[in-house]
Amino acid sequence: MKITKIEALEKIANRIRMDVITEVYYAKSGHPGGSLSIADIMAVLYFNEMNINEKMPENESRDRLVLSKGHASAALYAALAEKGYFSKEELLTFRNINSNLQGHPDMTKVKGVDMTTGSLGQGLSIANGMAMASKMDSMGYRVYCILGDGELDEGQVWEAAMTSSKYKLDNLCAIVDCNGLQLTGSTDEIKGLNIEDIEQKFRSFGFNTITINGNDIFSIINAFGVADMTKDKPSVILAKTIKGKGVSFMEKDVAWHGKAPNDEEYKKAIDELIEKEKEIDKRMEGVNNG
Amino acid sequence: MDKIATRESFGRALEELGMENKKVVVLDADLYNSTKTEYFKEKYPERFINLGIAEADMIGTAAGLATCRKIPYASTFAAFATGRVYDQIRTSIAYPKLNVKICATHAGITVGEDGATHQMIEDINLMRGLPNMVVMSTSDDLETKWAVKEIAKYNGPVYLRLSRYKVPKIYDEKTKFEIGKGIQIGDGKDATIFATGITVNEALEAKRILKEKDIDVRVVDIHTIKPIDKELILKCAKETNKLISVEDHNVIGGLGTAISEVLTENYPKKLVRMGIEDTFGKSGRAEDLMKYFGIDCNSIVEEIEN
Repeated sequence: MKITKIEALEKIANRIRMDVITEVYYAKSGHPGGSLSIADIMAVLYFNEMNINEKMPENESRDRLVLSKGHASAALYAALAEKGYFSKEELLTFRNINSNLQGHPDMTKVKGVDMTTGSLGQGLSIANGMAMASKMDSMGYRVYCILGDGELDEGQVWEAAMTSSKYKLDNLCAIVDCNGLQLTGSTDEIKGLNIEDIEQKFRSFGFNTITINGNDIFSIINAFGVADMTKDKPSVILAKTIKGKGVSFMEKDVAWHGKAPNDEEYKKAIDELIEKEKEIDKRMEGVNNG
Repeated sequence: MDKIATRESFGRALEELGMENKKVVVLDADLYNSTKTEYFKEKYPERFINLGIAEADMIGTAAGLATCRKIPYASTFAAFATGRVYDQIRTSIAYPKLNVKICATHAGITVGEDGATHQMIEDINLMRGLPNMVVMSTSDDLETKWAVKEIAKYNGPVYLRLSRYKVPKIYDEKTKFEIGKGIQIGDGKDATIFATGITVNEALEAKRILKEKDIDVRVVDIHTIKPIDKELILKCAKETNKLISVEDHNVIGGLGTAISEVLTENYPKKLVRMGIEDTFGKSGRAEDLMKYFGIDCNSIVEEIEN
């Protein structure tokens, strides 16, 4: 069932954030920064945009998502659990020795994970393959691929971009999580990549480019709408996000790329997200009363 | 006798398979006239994808197609089908155990004149070390055809090693072929020559020459290097005096190493490993290079006579 109400999707994104923090806290490892930045995108994909049914995870005509930036696995697992692919309790096993929830997503272990990822730069090629299969069989399903902006350093991304365009894969929508930071610094200082450059590059590779605020639910829904309508070329959404979004002390701080919060930090983060939920609830009431 | 390179046999078999199995799709990286996927391309253009000179992209695309129940056969030269894309194969194909068939032509020093950059002698080693990967290397026309068709029935990643060097036909339709089972030719007791790919024919030549000298050897074609046919290796180790392996590959990590592992754990016995002695190849005619690196029939004969 599609959720269209903005506040309802905001609440889901907020729950994804809580679950991300909880997963990483329990595992004592993981990647909170880049998981939090894509929480809003994940909420819209799984609850509004993608044609999927958690009761039929292997349905051949389902839409697919390749999380090319596989280190954001905590956000993917949180979205899948929220959607009902598996129980929320399982999230607490993230990265444990007997868990299905591997550090990076393993499609053979978790229903709903459409592709195993973890080594950066490979996802767009894989998404192309899926989109080609959809066209070959006239199945009509769409394929989504989330990449990091740091990930664009990898040359294979651009090999794949040429292919998406050459094969006119209009059933493919890439999303670049443009949080501007990678492990050792900003994407700009490391490889000269800022959002304008990225937009220009994809456009010159034949993509329909859509630049948005990637932490704004309304903008994300609209961007997917534009991508869905685009014919004869692939689309890429350049989602300007804030790394660590939603937990103030993690925001824009590269130190939180791959670090778990301690007890105190965990409590602080969850408290902040609970406050956020209350704020969303208040707005919902306002909308309902008004 | 007519000679035919296994890349040619592969191309023809793939063309037949295209008709038999509509799930088969073929990917190539701008080499289809050399890898011989051109025959499939001509017949089934809608199921053929040329990714350009972009092997990493080819492997990823194949993986994506496999998740959607296609059976992708991805083909390029062995050097670019393995070493160049090792991580793509590892993460996107072997680890998720996707049903991709990597069919690499131009393996080994017998590529010839192109020289060391194109003479892949480390590919068996690389692919054998990947969990979930089946590794095959075929020796003649019919065996290649059987392999191309059998791997379509097996659900999982396969590396099929093919070559440019022309070889005579070895097998007829009566031969029994099964993935994972070696083929024993003759039952000589003096020595066993284990071979794979183009060296099977060299081993058979050596067998003929030795026969005239009253030395009776058997040849064992190990077309599946992983999983390897332990039973057959141990049977030959017990039944014959001398054991030799010969391959168009580095002696490190290839057929000889795989056989050594079986012997060491089960029936310790000396194995002479013939192959490229941990050095890179060089330009030259294939026949001259085989002689130079000591993997031709005369080198085998000499080794057995010593």
